Amino acid sequence: MERLEILKTYKIFIGGQFPRTESGRYYPLKNKNGDVITNICLSSRKDFRNAEVSARNAFGGWSGKSAFNRSQILYRIAEIMEGRKEQFISELVMQGRAAKSAKEEVELSIERMVYYAGWCDKYQQLFSSVNPVASSHFNFSVAEPTGVVAIIASEEKSLLGLVSAVAPVIAGGNTCVVLASESKPLCSVTFAEVLNTSDVPSGVVNILTGNSEELHCHFSSHMDVNAIVTYRNNRKEIKAIKENASLNVKRVFVYNENSLESDKAESPYFIFDLQEIKTTWHPIENIGSAKAGY
Amino acid sequence: MAKKTNEPKLDFKTDWAYEPAPEDTSHISLKKKYDLFIDGKFVKPNSKKYFATYNPATDEKLADIAEADAKDVDKAVKAARKAFTKWSKISAKERGKYIYRIARLMQERAREFAVIETMDGGKPIRESRDIDVPLAANHFFYYAGWADKLEYAFPNRNPKPIGVAGQIIPWNFPLLMAAWKIAPALATGNTVVLKPAETTSLTALKLAELIRDSGLPDGVVNIVTGAGATGAAIVNHPDINKIAFTGSTDVGKLIQKAIAGTDKKLTLELGGKAANIIFEDAPLDQAIEGIVNGIFFNQGHVCCAGSRLFVQESVADIVIRKLKDRMETLIVGNPLDKNTDIGAINSKEQLLKINKYLKIGKEEGAELYQSSCTIPTKGNFCRPTLFLNASQSHRVVQEEIFGPVLTVQTFRTIEEVIEKANNIPYGLSAGVWTDKGSKIFNLTSKLRAGVVWANTYNKFDPTSPFGGYKESGFGREGGLHGLMPYLRF
Repeated sequence: MERLEILKTYKIFIGGQFPRTESGRYYPLKNKNGDVITNICLSSRKDFRNAEVSARNAFGGWSGKSAFNRSQILYRIAEIMEGRKEQFISELVMQGRAAKSAKEEVELSIERMVYYAGWCDKYQQLFSSVNPVASSHFNFSVAEPTGVVAIIASEEKSLLGLVSAVAPVIAGGNTCVVLASESKPLCSVTFAEVLNTSDVPSGVVNILTGNSEELHCHFSSHMDVNAIVTYRNNRKEIKAIKENASLNVKRVFVYNENSLESDKAESPYFIFDLQEIKTTWHPIENIGSAKAGY
Repeated sequence: MAKKTNEPKLDFKTDWAYEPAPEDTSHISLKKKYDLFIDGKFVKPNSKKYFATYNPATDEKLADIAEADAKDVDKAVKAARKAFTKWSKISAKERGKYIYRIARLMQERAREFAVIETMDGGKPIRESRDIDVPLAANHFFYYAGWADKLEYAFPNRNPKPIGVAGQIIPWNFPLLMAAWKIAPALATGNTVVLKPAETTSLTALKLAELIRDSGLPDGVVNIVTGAGATGAAIVNHPDINKIAFTGSTDVGKLIQKAIAGTDKKLTLELGGKAANIIFEDAPLDQAIEGIVNGIFFNQGHVCCAGSRLFVQESVADIVIRKLKDRMETLIVGNPLDKNTDIGAINSKEQLLKINKYLKIGKEEGAELYQSSCTIPTKGNFCRPTLFLNASQSHRVVQEEIFGPVLTVQTFRTIEEVIEKANNIPYGLSAGVWTDKGSKIFNLTSKLRAGVVWANTYNKFDPTSPFGGYKESGFGREGGLHGLMPYLRF
């Protein structure tokens, strides 16, 4: 007897939970034959605002974790991804990818997570400095995370783009709200499930599915978001994002989704972009007779 | 009720007085009229318009300054573009040597620059002499040395100049801000169109003379004077590749919005409202000096001024008493006098703004306290001012006043003060006073601000990155980090 398959409900990921969009809206995801695979949440402005609150609440804890601990957690994400490899591949295939290139994308995504896991406790030494000021002060500069980052991830590279966008942001201690690929959303929900079982504290990464034409203005105009990153080469949306960003002086980064597969997508400078440099001064006591070496 | 104390009360009504010690102004050379510095020459403005610049301490006119319109700005950008082709290709060593020359010339003419800075801007001569001008020269000196070492700053990244940089600077540190902008831009091989603030153009124009004398190739640095419209012409010019702006958060936001549809790069160094936090275990007398320096340095016209004082409740009475006593000793008056602590407010407009906030603070219910000093009858002056019993929601606590006005709040726990200090859209700087090292590190890592001074305040150095978090802007000036905004990779 043939077994009746249990169909998975694909939901969004906010504050470590998998709610449906508060708006109750959905869009049908179809395969290349035009058959409906599943219904996907069409996230709303309110979903984004809820996700932002989760991200803000998670920021203190995540940025306060030791770099070593963050590194362990990112590596753990890669481990769990490896275990879900077949699922990611089959989802990419369901969305129309050839099996071979789907496998390549999944493997590269896992590699990328490992790459940034390694950076967590290393970039600080690249970007920090002890500054030889002329006065009698000890002065040093360190990198600190910018805060809550809104991300509009790649539309085409639905898993690789998502991982490449999220990894450097959280490696640097930020928290984020991500808009996943609209036309290829399946992996993003599965990736959320991976995050949820990888010791990533709830709220560090929040993933919404939906439409960037509708949401890019809300992502960029929210007054408690510190930075926005987009991988979509839509000049009209980029301009609106930059304009809205000026409301609270958000940092804006526009990255090229076409280089996601190349070495160019791997660099500590993606981490640095979402860091602030903090300089601390403290007086040094001048010891009267300290001219001789001691 | 104030506690009774056995300490003798300080008496300021004695025969002790400071004799005037005015700085000589006979050695400076100022022209009656200044034109625009474009392509290595001083040229008359297309607008044919000039505006007067005044000494804010005396209301005397110092000179007429050309007003650049969009055509003048276009001419300056064309000169900078033409110069960029050569300047970006000459050897980095030669580039560095030109910048060294500028640094040395500035050191040689430091006294003249200091006096003009004080006359045009109103800051005490002690500050322009000991801080603004030497720091400006040191900034050129520091970045000169970077010119041929960029590969070491950014290994494997093949750093390249961006092109023509449009730079717009404020009136609070006119020469120093020009140095902060020009030095790293030149060291990285860019060319420059710089606009000083309209109330303080003179030292930038003297710098233009000095740059001409240094033999720097024509067009590498162009200085156009004017007000907001001139700045807008720079921001909107299609052939400018990078905008660097220091000024108010409001204008910074306008600029960010204006260039949204372009590929121009941007750095913003905007306003601030820094918390200066005094714990009960702080060295209180040093802290008092830090509070005074934090808010009254340069009449409080400092984006990183420590304008919100937070005192732990257990020492609030004694800190406020000591602070009031110290304020009584501050000399407000002739900026050219070497004894003067607080000079003239930079402009009538700014004085009006400060007075508006004094009124708002009183209306909101904060308790106004001003030192009893006399202030000159002519010129723009403001007594050092406290707002006691201020609360977090007061506008005088939330908004940048940019004057010698300090709000005072108290706190009990470290969690409370961190929350209050961070609960503001700005994030430029902060101060912490305590004898306990672990408390310093706890606080400095939790304060969302780009510069934290621990047991000191308002210190600057060319090697030390400076810049804001949140609405205080992005990008850093100073140090290795200060090179990045002028490079592409």
